[in-house]
Amino acid sequence: MSEIQAIFIQEARDQIAELETGLMKMEKGDRDPETVNAIFRAAHTIKGGSGVVELSAIEAFTHTLENTLDRVRNGELGLDAPLIALLLTCCDHLANLLDATEQGGSGEQAEIRSAGDDLGRQLMARLDANDAGADKAERITSVVEAAGASEREACDAGAIADDTWHISVRFGRDVLRNGMDPIAFLRYLLTLGEIAHITTVFDAMPDAQEMEPESCYLGFEIRFRSHADKAAIERVFEFVRSDCELHILPPHSKLAEFLCLIAELPEDDMRVGEILVKSGALTQDELESALHRQEGSKPAAPAGVESAAVAPKLGAILVEQRAVQSEIVEAAVVKQAQSSEKRAAEARLIRVQADKLDQLIDLVGELVIAGASAGLLAQKSGETALVETTSVLSRLVENIRDAALQLRMVQIGETFNRFNRVIRDVAKELNKEIELVITGGETDLDKSVVEKIGDPLMHLVRNAIGHGIEPADVRVAAGKPAKGCVTLNAFHDSRSIVIEVSDDGGGLKRERILAKAVEKGLLPAGATLSEQEIINLIFEAGFSTVNQVSNLSGRGVGMDVVRRNVQALRGNVEVHTDPGRGSRFTIRLPLTLAIIDGFLVGVERASFVIPLDMVVECLELPADAADRHYLNLRGEVLPFVRLRELFEVAGEYPRRENVVVIRSGAHQAGVVVDQLLGEFQTVIKPLSGLFRNLRGIGGSTILGTGEVALILDVQALTQLAARRETESRSVSASAPAAFR
Amino acid sequence: MGQLVHASAGKSAALAAVLAAGTGDVPQYLTFSLGGEMYALGILNIKEIIEFGNLTEIPMMPAFIRGVINMRGSVVPVVDLLARFGGKKTEAGRRTCIVIIELSLDGERHDIGVMVDAVSAVLEIPRTEIEPPPSFGAKIRTDFIDGMGKVAGKFVIILNSERVLSVDEMAVLANAGAQGEPQRIAGAAA
Repeated sequence: MSEIQAIFIQEARDQIAELETGLMKMEKGDRDPETVNAIFRAAHTIKGGSGVVELSAIEAFTHTLENTLDRVRNGELGLDAPLIALLLTCCDHLANLLDATEQGGSGEQAEIRSAGDDLGRQLMARLDANDAGADKAERITSVVEAAGASEREACDAGAIADDTWHISVRFGRDVLRNGMDPIAFLRYLLTLGEIAHITTVFDAMPDAQEMEPESCYLGFEIRFRSHADKAAIERVFEFVRSDCELHILPPHSKLAEFLCLIAELPEDDMRVGEILVKSGALTQDELESALHRQEGSKPAAPAGVESAAVAPKLGAILVEQRAVQSEIVEAAVVKQAQSSEKRAAEARLIRVQADKLDQLIDLVGELVIAGASAGLLAQKSGETALVETTSVLSRLVENIRDAALQLRMVQIGETFNRFNRVIRDVAKELNKEIELVITGGETDLDKSVVEKIGDPLMHLVRNAIGHGIEPADVRVAAGKPAKGCVTLNAFHDSRSIVIEVSDDGGGLKRERILAKAVEKGLLPAGATLSEQEIINLIFEAGFSTVNQVSNLSGRGVGMDVVRRNVQALRGNVEVHTDPGRGSRFTIRLPLTLAIIDGFLVGVERASFVIPLDMVVECLELPADAADRHYLNLRGEVLPFVRLRELFEVAGEYPRRENVVVIRSGAHQAGVVVDQLLGEFQTVIKPLSGLFRNLRGIGGSTILGTGEVALILDVQALTQLAARRETESRSVSASAPAAFR
Repeated sequence: MGQLVHASAGKSAALAAVLAAGTGDVPQYLTFSLGGEMYALGILNIKEIIEFGNLTEIPMMPAFIRGVINMRGSVVPVVDLLARFGGKKTEAGRRTCIVIIELSLDGERHDIGVMVDAVSAVLEIPRTEIEPPPSFGAKIRTDFIDGMGKVAGKFVIILNSERVLSVDEMAVLANAGAQGEPQRIAGAAA
């Protein structure tokens, strides 16, 4: 697949997303003509692009789609629910075609093709059914038009008696370099009508030794017979619009306009005139009289005034011509204010390959480590000037790090919007009425996290629709509106991002979860658990409350996979439920996976890193708390974990120990260490798969000294400590006789 | 870290020289001693040999996982082969080395270091000189052994690095080891 096709596919995906968004809006009753226009434009851009990159399968299919949308846009075809559903299926098919192309096939696989043909037929059927009614109206219009035309001809003496458009195009030098092929535009032009005559203009071509093979020197004078309007013809050249000189003269243009064209084109006036005569735009007589008229005006004025006299005249015609256009543009601008703003924003973006960014982040990571090591050496040397320089350097490195990480940030809104379609489809399938409310779509998140959070989110949303929201009659009986509501929300909270999926359904039923857990053997019968512990059982492997495998949850992904995926991203997932009122799943994720601000602590000779955003404060361990595992923190009980004990580090207890108070979610806990070593920019290095079952350690990093330090997963650590305490209690409770 | 690289560069150069010496289709093996026994590993997977040191221990891991080292910016786990075979922990001596071996797991390449007492030589052992592993008596699990190579009238145990360093198996063992810990603590507490 060529590079240009890859670019096309990427852009086409964006267009399909736009198409889908528009259709979803229309389905909800939005009848804003701008929405229809946006949909049409999206389809048109795909079609145009596919023509340019010569993906004929996509072009052909989009052509039918575009035709349908064109009718809708002109109000000839009513957009009802079945048609929207059909169009949505078309979007899916387009996406399939793109996938197939990307995977190396040319979208020709039999299955996809037959699906496409089928859709095409359905679209055509809609069009035909409509045509039967519209035909009559059209015929009347054409009669009226014909009458108008003959009238115009009669009163316009200066008009060229011809029914063809005249297109004059000079491609820019860089057209080939930008990956555009002039012939592709001509081919695409043919889809709109018929080329009556074409003359290739290669006057710009320099001598052979000066010619650059990569530059384009071509231009065309085209007589074009078509019923398309000017805008449609102009759109053919949309992709090179900024890079070519394009003049389109409508049929029956006045001689003066041709004159103006002649004056504007870069070639010599006479030469252009010849071409025009040759291509049949003008007859020899017309040209002669035209040039005569132009020359005739010259002697009338002295040489100096000549250009001044001619220029305003040409200018006036130009303005005249533009006036028509500016009117259209103005109307369009008002209508498209929103979309054009968006487009302007897009224009300021550059597409960069993701692996180049990753490489940059890796390099910045190395830079951070190297900077730390330089800083360490400077500290050791004790030279004030050196220390100062390295501290300036390290601040700059910190800024570079933040800026580099910022490059990978994307808004989560796009991921959220995908669920509009999911909700629509699934709700239809289950015959439920569900509305999706999205808030916080502008929240930024690392791209690699966004990619991996899609599946867990999808599962949570499907669960909310399938199991959370009750059928309409149950809802009404419970005094709730019949229409269910699923909310997706995102916000930043102390250097992590929180994503919430909530529904206003029936909530989780504790008794059922408990019964199921006992049935599945996850719990001994009669075990006593707190309410939250019961709820958390749904995250256990092998747990599923649905008895029958439905189309929805039949993908074999359980809540345990959701939790695993989230944990793999160094995040956690919690659930809150309110029986009868709904439930809320909260996913908390780190903003980035590459570099974090850490807090370095030491135990004996080993160093550990605690994510800085979890650290609340540090204090010395009071002597009276030494033999307990909690302390009094300003009147509150703070349980703590001794790293030395938990990790079984050999050696004497130091005289003074320190407590790092950490907060994760709503909980606070202490971690007791020997030394506090201060803040440290931590480049996260994943640990080998060997340690995949290791709890309490989230990863590793490299210190300035070249040594490896481990990053603590504080939440898992406290859980580990809690579990060990319970286990030791149950062991001592079950075997007291043996020990006494 | 700089010193480490320099130190290992010397050894790597020596290794490269030895590697360059051998040619032909005869498989080549790196022989090393471990707990008084000679072992061999195919050289194709061996990336480099570095001096033992600068090891960071990982808590809650069984004895055969000694820890991790920083190898030019990437964090590589180090396995104690003797402990892996069920013996005692290897005592670090003057000639103790870490042999870095590249393995592929699920299509991804990753490195593992193994701790050995001393590296001896790179040898060519023709296939005719390799006997099948004995069904018992070799002190280590039979599936760890690819064959018994005859070198100068003595046997060297040719290891199957994929089995010996199976990440899946070791991860499961590590997990079992970690879960065994609380009992020990609990026992001590009681």
